[in-house]
Amino acid sequence: MKHIPFALALFAAFPAPLAADQQNIIAEQVWSRASMGENRPGVAYMELHNTGSGTRTLTGVETGRAAMAQIHQTSTSASGVSQMAPAGDIDILPGTRIALEPGGLHIMLMQLDRPLAEGEYYHLTLIFKNGDNVEIRVPVLAASARGPGQ
Amino acid sequence: MISRRAFAAYLAGGAAVASALLLPGWWQISGPGAAPPLPRLPLPLGEMSFSMQDHTGAEVSPQGLVGKPSLVFFGYTFCPDVCPTTLSDISTWLSGLGADAARLNAVFITVDPGRDTLPAMAQYMQHFHPAISGWRGSLAETDKAVAGFRASYTLGEGAEGEGADYAVEHTSSVFLFKADGRLAALIDLHEDRAQAVAKIQRVLQR
Repeated sequence: MKHIPFALALFAAFPAPLAADQQNIIAEQVWSRASMGENRPGVAYMELHNTGSGTRTLTGVETGRAAMAQIHQTSTSASGVSQMAPAGDIDILPGTRIALEPGGLHIMLMQLDRPLAEGEYYHLTLIFKNGDNVEIRVPVLAASARGPGQ
Repeated sequence: MISRRAFAAYLAGGAAVASALLLPGWWQISGPGAAPPLPRLPLPLGEMSFSMQDHTGAEVSPQGLVGKPSLVFFGYTFCPDVCPTTLSDISTWLSGLGADAARLNAVFITVDPGRDTLPAMAQYMQHFHPAISGWRGSLAETDKAVAGFRASYTLGEGAEGEGADYAVEHTSSVFLFKADGRLAALIDLHEDRAQAVAKIQRVLQR
């Protein structure tokens, strides 16, 4: 008996898998850091969960707030030197999630229209190879934030 | 008297033992099992030679850090990912140390003095723990600092342009020095917070 309300709650919380292949990418833990000054780049992080049955390929990002938005990968060499490079297409296998997080994959927003201000939200489009793009709303946290909710 | 045959057996046995002992050593030291070469260690702070200004405009030098343990790392304020993450990490380590944080120097040295002017540094440092000092020097002094730490940096494409949008590759480890200015440990990006704080506490207890 105890399990029925839980199952109902699950059904209510995750109706997405029932809706065919639509919106089977769920973006969680989405956040961005406040940026400083006129031309420093912004950054956005999130977890992308593929709840669908097919692989989805993330090819890029777009936002009205930045003239150029790219997915970058930070890598650190054995001698401790870090660098960033465009990440290229990212496959998200069915049932898996990828993390865009500090020191790893991240969305880099260059040539912002104005600095990202703590407390505001902006919209970002995740562009997928199959054309089924995902719109997300990104909260801007403090410049010193280390993760969502911090 | 040892017979010739016994002597030969000793010799062969000895050679077998020697190779059994040496082979794993060769494998680990210069053979395929060798660890990648360790990066060279930074000079003691007291032996480095460079001069910079901190984000308040005060003249600073590595000798001025000797006497207290120090955390030092390189970065730039246009860095979107690694540098704010590291500065936030250091801020939380310092907060975690409470009153002990005052017994420590914490320094962020820019490797991009072209864009990181003193006012830019002053504005940037406001967002992090007030005990962290932001240092900036001329290109020549920056190069001397980087050489002393055995660190490295490379300005990305487009760095020559006006107000350019370029990235900088740089050493991202945090250097932890003992009060006498000698290196105690490196704290790497992604290192667990508890482990980092423990390393700092060990140096504070000495």
